[in-house]
Amino acid sequence: MVATPASPASPASPASSKAPVTARPLHAAPVPVARPSAADMLSVAEPVFEIADLEVYYGKFRAVRNVNMTIRKHQITAFIGPSGCGKTTVLRCMNRMNDLVAGARVGGTLRYHGVDLYDPQVSATEVRRRIGMVFQKPNPFPKSIYDNVAYGPRLSGIRDRAKLDEIVETSLRAAALWDEVKDRLRDSALGMSGGQQQRLCIARTVAVEPEVVLMDEPCSALDPIATARIEELMRELVSRFTIVIVTHNMQQAARVSDTTAFFTAELDPSADRRCGLLVEFGATSKLFSNPQDERTENYITGRFG
Amino acid sequence: MSLAPVTSAIDLAAKPSWRSVKNSIASGLMAAAVLAVATPLVLVLASVIAKGAGVAFHDFPDFFTETVPIVSRRAGPGMGPAILGTLLVTGVATLIAVPLGILGAIYLHEYGARQRFARIVRFMAMVMTGVPSVVMGLFVYVTWTLTFGYSAFGGALALACLMLPVVIGTTEQMLKLVPDHLREASFALGAGKARTILSIVVPAALPGIVSGALLAVARAAGETAPLMFAVGAATAYNGHVFGGANTALSVQIFGNATSSFAAAQDRAWGAALTLLMLTFLVTLVARIVTARVQSKR
Amino acid sequence: MARALDLRGRGDGADRAFRGLAVGAATVVLVVLGLIAATMTRRALPVLEHMGPGFFTSTRWSPADEEFGALPFVWGTLYTAAIAIVIAVPVSLGVALFITQLAPQRLKRPLVYLVDLLAVVPSVVFGLWGILVLSPHLGRSFLTAGIILAIMIIPIITSLSREVIETTPQPEKEAAYGLGATRWEMILASVWPHSKGGLVGAVMLGLGRAMGETIAAALVIGSALGQITVDPLAPGNSMPAVIANEWGEADELHKSALIALAVLLFIITIIVNLVASSIVRRSMARTAGRRT
Repeated sequence: MVATPASPASPASPASSKAPVTARPLHAAPVPVARPSAADMLSVAEPVFEIADLEVYYGKFRAVRNVNMTIRKHQITAFIGPSGCGKTTVLRCMNRMNDLVAGARVGGTLRYHGVDLYDPQVSATEVRRRIGMVFQKPNPFPKSIYDNVAYGPRLSGIRDRAKLDEIVETSLRAAALWDEVKDRLRDSALGMSGGQQQRLCIARTVAVEPEVVLMDEPCSALDPIATARIEELMRELVSRFTIVIVTHNMQQAARVSDTTAFFTAELDPSADRRCGLLVEFGATSKLFSNPQDERTENYITGRFG
Repeated sequence: MSLAPVTSAIDLAAKPSWRSVKNSIASGLMAAAVLAVATPLVLVLASVIAKGAGVAFHDFPDFFTETVPIVSRRAGPGMGPAILGTLLVTGVATLIAVPLGILGAIYLHEYGARQRFARIVRFMAMVMTGVPSVVMGLFVYVTWTLTFGYSAFGGALALACLMLPVVIGTTEQMLKLVPDHLREASFALGAGKARTILSIVVPAALPGIVSGALLAVARAAGETAPLMFAVGAATAYNGHVFGGANTALSVQIFGNATSSFAAAQDRAWGAALTLLMLTFLVTLVARIVTARVQSKR
Repeated sequence: MARALDLRGRGDGADRAFRGLAVGAATVVLVVLGLIAATMTRRALPVLEHMGPGFFTSTRWSPADEEFGALPFVWGTLYTAAIAIVIAVPVSLGVALFITQLAPQRLKRPLVYLVDLLAVVPSVVFGLWGILVLSPHLGRSFLTAGIILAIMIIPIITSLSREVIETTPQPEKEAAYGLGATRWEMILASVWPHSKGGLVGAVMLGLGRAMGETIAAALVIGSALGQITVDPLAPGNSMPAVIANEWGEADELHKSALIALAVLLFIITIIVNLVASSIVRRSMARTAGRRT
């Protein structure tokens, strides 16, 4: 896959004080990479998540509302939007990580293969075994590289040495890390570079063989080269997994995703606070080239946010 | 081209003034305070080594192995039973207090957090830290010794009660230092709470927990008052934890210090040196564990 | 492709069991404290019935006559603790300031170790040194006990003060220096107002420790009975010391009296410690709140 060349920044592009400094001009309209299959697959592939009227509360405060979307198998779905728009909140609902936040409540329905994830019968740990997560900051355990990857399989009761060795190798290979670390599997994971640590976290997630991998701004703590490697990796992994990625980088969404969801934050009519909401959801190529909503257009052309 | 010398009206040189004198006096007093702390430490250590080394290392290793003379005015070794007693009492106390303390801290930090019951326990642990050791000794006398008689176990109970809140406190501090993103990573892999705590959180905090526990052990090994009421003052070896009166180095020091016989006082100094070496050794190990962690981070 | 999806939890029983274990361990603290309060108070009742309020007000302690007045020991406890505080506070604050403000970087850690080393020396060793080395010169008295107690509480006051002082924000110190203050003026202008609450708490915690300290005091205080005097060189007695010294030959009522002393000591130290830690917490919370 080819990285999008940085398009020359239009001098008229309005400066945004919020924008983080990155290597690429942030507000140049991104050019999605043409993937012929993507648009066709959109309505064909089996749905994994069906989300209807989802809203999330933290205590009395409504953090996000009005989320309706269908996420399909073997696709990369990107959540984009300004900070505070609730994209991470929605992502963390999808494997019940929000359960860990005191006072978090969910309204509406969030179905995973037809099962309501918030049904009282459903166990959060069981959900998380099938729906893995990679975090914003690489968070390897203070253990050896091997033990990091083997942690998940051991949870499922795999004790057999040869079997574990095999899982560790295939997972590290899947995360494009094997060649770099195969001679130091017993070394502490904390001695690796940030990019390696993040790929280790991907390997660790892949090792439990989840169906879905959720990624919460997985590249925001990495340099451009490490970012490119992870993006490449995502394109490889999507043949085996369904991937949902939150990113603040529109170019990244355009480069890697098949489908994009644009969120924004608006003043909540019922409370005097800003609340996130889903504005537009559709094929990435279409959303970036021909947005249906004015707010989406303003955001991707850099007039807002 | 060189700069021409400038004769400036601005003078930045320090000028003697009452303000700078006051500053110097204050600094001098602070340095004097350091001396005031170092002096008793040096004096005590010097006395213990000067008076204890000759006794403890005379005919080595007799002092560390022979039994305590029944007639205290008789000269000669030794402190063997007291060393065994101290190790037994402290060891059993550690076995009781450390697991309980770690589990209690796990409840406080990982489960209870800001819940009402956790706040009560945290408060009571703080109260318990302040219970004077003599009160703890009498408490064990009343609840245990009156029924079961003198034993190493009674002393261990008293020491465990003193150690428990300390271990809870230091362990909770160490658990606080484990970043939440490690817990999240484990949960995201589908681990349950117990599993996450036992295989991620506690191992990450372990060096700090061990070092805190060792410091508590060092303090407990030197306690005297709680042992006087519960352990007794045997002169012979007693390896049974539950059976019969035992003794300990601290108890022997206390008993012999008040004796008017030179031989008994000598044994007190020898026992003091032994106890100091023991507590310093444990503290040293704790320090090494702490230093390891700090260099790793 | 209709496959049955089972997301029901397995192995949550182990989670519940572990939580139960942790709750149980935490409950031990409450059980022990409850037992201490209940059993000790029950054992103290006989002497309280025998003496009535006289236990707290009488100055006569004569086990042979079954007379048990606790007042001289309360006085001795407070008085020796006060002497210890008067000696320990300036020294501890001086050392804490020296370590945090004055000492060159490479001297800081050895000094911290020095103070910690003092904390590791068992109290009975200080007592031994006090009775065999110090008291031949000073006699056994309130003052001797106060000095030994001071040595023992210096480490705790120093290390707490050091922690409090170190929380002084750098900008506040630079503000003083920026106005041309000397180091001492900076300490008075920035460190002191910032830390005084926490320092008071640290001193109170030291006071609590001094009042409960048993063995060293028992060895050097002089074991006088019924003395209430401000003469620091007079032999005296304190609550923990009299318990340690008289327990061995005490009969039933006498033991009950000693246990009642322990209850009284327990109550006094709890009050001192609670006041101390609430002061420390409040001052810490204030500085933490200001920083964010």
